[in-house]
Amino acid sequence: MANGNSRPLSPHLQIYRWQWTMALSILHRASGVALSVGTLLLTAWLVAAAVGPEAFAKVQGFIGSPLGLLMLFGWTFALFYHLSAGIRHLVWDAGYGFDLPSAEKGAYIVIGASLILTVATWVVGLSVW
Amino acid sequence: MSNSPAKLRAPLKLARGLGSAKFGAEHWWSMRITSVALVILTIWFVGGVIGHLGADHAQFVAWLKSPICAAMMALTAAVTFHHAEHGLQVVIEDYVHCEALKIAALLANKLVNYGLAAACVISVVKVSLGA
Repeated sequence: MANGNSRPLSPHLQIYRWQWTMALSILHRASGVALSVGTLLLTAWLVAAAVGPEAFAKVQGFIGSPLGLLMLFGWTFALFYHLSAGIRHLVWDAGYGFDLPSAEKGAYIVIGASLILTVATWVVGLSVW
Repeated sequence: MSNSPAKLRAPLKLARGLGSAKFGAEHWWSMRITSVALVILTIWFVGGVIGHLGADHAQFVAWLKSPICAAMMALTAAVTFHHAEHGLQVVIEDYVHCEALKIAALLANKLVNYGLAAACVISVVKVSLGA
């Protein structure tokens, strides 16, 4: 790949064997982008509430539809994943957990926490709905 | 040895105004502050959404009538869009290499995110104060 001068470039993604830490890093960015798209639903919800009862009922109806529920489920996981992985980043920023065993342990905790929080939220959500 | 100006120029000259030489540290720190705030706001938001699943308009309005809930909702929206704008900025800078397209995408990113943030905050204020 040309980079405009003679400086060397590091090898790109396809060179490396897949690892948990790498997959999590990519998923952190992907979930962030997905959540950004998901903010459209948040905006629709709040704006509809400001417009009036009819518009609000429409948005609530869409959220309760199969497609709406599927989007909400994906959004819940993306939210809890990005939240857990974000906290992992804050721990790194504080200077802890840079060695490989800690990084891998953190990866398992993040995956476990985001799955458990997603399922727990939906169990509670569906029981109170 | 040539005395042409290009050869006398320090490498720093080539880096200034590019990449993180602009506002890197400020951007990084802003992401940290908003992410810490969002840990609290997100937990509040998820709890609030669970409590208002299938709520009708009157119940929803009653929720946001509380100044604390309205403030939390407005903050959730404002901080979320600020964090999203900063995050998407990095994604755009990483993947869009054509300078003109990159600047257009960065401008669109700001426009959409701050536009949506304004729509959310104004809606919350209207619901909270309105009839």
